[in-house]
Amino acid sequence: MSEPKRGEIERYAPATRINHWIVAIAFVLVALSGLALFHPALFWLTSLFGGGAWTRILHPFLALVMIIAFVLLAAKVWADNFMREDDWTWLERFREVARNREEDVPEVGRYNAGQKLVFWLIVICLVLLLLTGIVMWRAYFTAYFPIEFVRFASVVHAISAVVLICGIVVHIYAAIWVKGSIRAMTRGTVTQGWAFKHHRAWLRALNRTAAPPRK
Amino acid sequence: MALQSLDIVRRSATTLPEPQARGAHTGEVAKLIDVTKCIGCKACQVACMEWNDLRDEIGTCTGHYDNPADLSDQTWTLMRFAEYENPKGDLEWLIRKDGCMHCADPGCLKACPAPGAIVQYANGIVDFHEENCIGCGYCITGCPFNIPRISKKDRKAYKCTLCSDRVSVGLEPACVKTCPTGAIVFGTKDDMKQHAAERIEDLKSRGFEHAGLYDPAGVGGTHVMYVLHHADQPHLYSALPDKPAISAAVGLWKGAAKPLALLAILATALAGFLHYIGIGPNETDERDEEKARRELEKTS
Repeated sequence: MSEPKRGEIERYAPATRINHWIVAIAFVLVALSGLALFHPALFWLTSLFGGGAWTRILHPFLALVMIIAFVLLAAKVWADNFMREDDWTWLERFREVARNREEDVPEVGRYNAGQKLVFWLIVICLVLLLLTGIVMWRAYFTAYFPIEFVRFASVVHAISAVVLICGIVVHIYAAIWVKGSIRAMTRGTVTQGWAFKHHRAWLRALNRTAAPPRK
Repeated sequence: MALQSLDIVRRSATTLPEPQARGAHTGEVAKLIDVTKCIGCKACQVACMEWNDLRDEIGTCTGHYDNPADLSDQTWTLMRFAEYENPKGDLEWLIRKDGCMHCADPGCLKACPAPGAIVQYANGIVDFHEENCIGCGYCITGCPFNIPRISKKDRKAYKCTLCSDRVSVGLEPACVKTCPTGAIVFGTKDDMKQHAAERIEDLKSRGFEHAGLYDPAGVGGTHVMYVLHHADQPHLYSALPDKPAISAAVGLWKGAAKPLALLAILATALAGFLHYIGIGPNETDERDEEKARRELEKTS
């Protein structure tokens, strides 16, 4: 990859970007196939997958692609997502952030508190979805579990899926809202001004180490 | 099978009413299985195989009379044999013909995500339309009686149809037709209840004080009913549920969760949309770039 242009900073290396989009595309397919089997009003979505039976067959395999890709992605961003003391102050002043006034909130590192909480929400939901999904995977596993547990797992699966979808809606909206963010995942770079405004502590840390580490 | 002469009152994964102008004005149907008259001959199993063209694999002896050992996509009805030692110390051989109970409030239909894979006719029969089945097995998750089975061959769910094809042309189910002792009878649900009442009176007079009808209210009543000598203890009959009902988890999953989930997703998206319209994007301008440049010069 060519070096970032003058005035720009690399935020995500090509491998991370590709990894992210594998997760993203798999997520969209898994969510659409899952919703198709969740609510009758959305059953028409099964047409995208070649019918009801194909949707039922594909959903868990697509989910495994998503889970494996997410684990690889999470391994890269894990360490930057632990909540710190400043993060809670940032959250308390989120009303200001939501009004596009970031002057008086604590400086943010590589990720802000909102991003971190979305990250952990995704992790928790995916763990629940994986475990309950295995229980619901009739072709291979369901027979090994007691029926009451299968019923319970089905509800937990649906609820955690909805929470995850809402979390991803927030994630996507945040990228649309904070201009200059999407290019971090498409081109890999952000402007220095973007980093200064939204992730000042990260910019400073990068500046201290002359050659910014690639993530 | 979709049957012209039987209108559908309920259809899986369908939000609007189905054509149902033709009701069951002569009454809903029911099969009454008088367990006290059953001799365990398995003629009903054979008749079911013959009429429905089913042939289960020839298995191995499992040490009891149940044969085959369990219901399957090829065995829609099965005699289950239980040995019960009553408080007097006598052995009672309790034989129950297991199979779909055709619930008035069917858990399978509630759980099914495939439109039209499970239907309930106006006469009360709950039928699977395998051509619409997607093989997810949610019907098994929803069923309080552990009845539906997925075929390993085609991954579709199968169960007793109550011979809907025969009933629709005025015939009784094959098992009823063949039963040599008259333990299985078929008719309108009201008639069957009346018949059961007479049988129960007779049983009580013979010392079975807890004899009674099994028509569990938890699933809205069933269109297959039993006369039991021990109606106070249905579980004696090879784990027939004492108080069957659609599980609360299935009720939540297939009930409130569905509209609430879509509402939550739409509300989240709407909140984002309104935020964008009301407050607008968070943009970085030339002043931020300038501040960033100064910051970088300051420390490097």
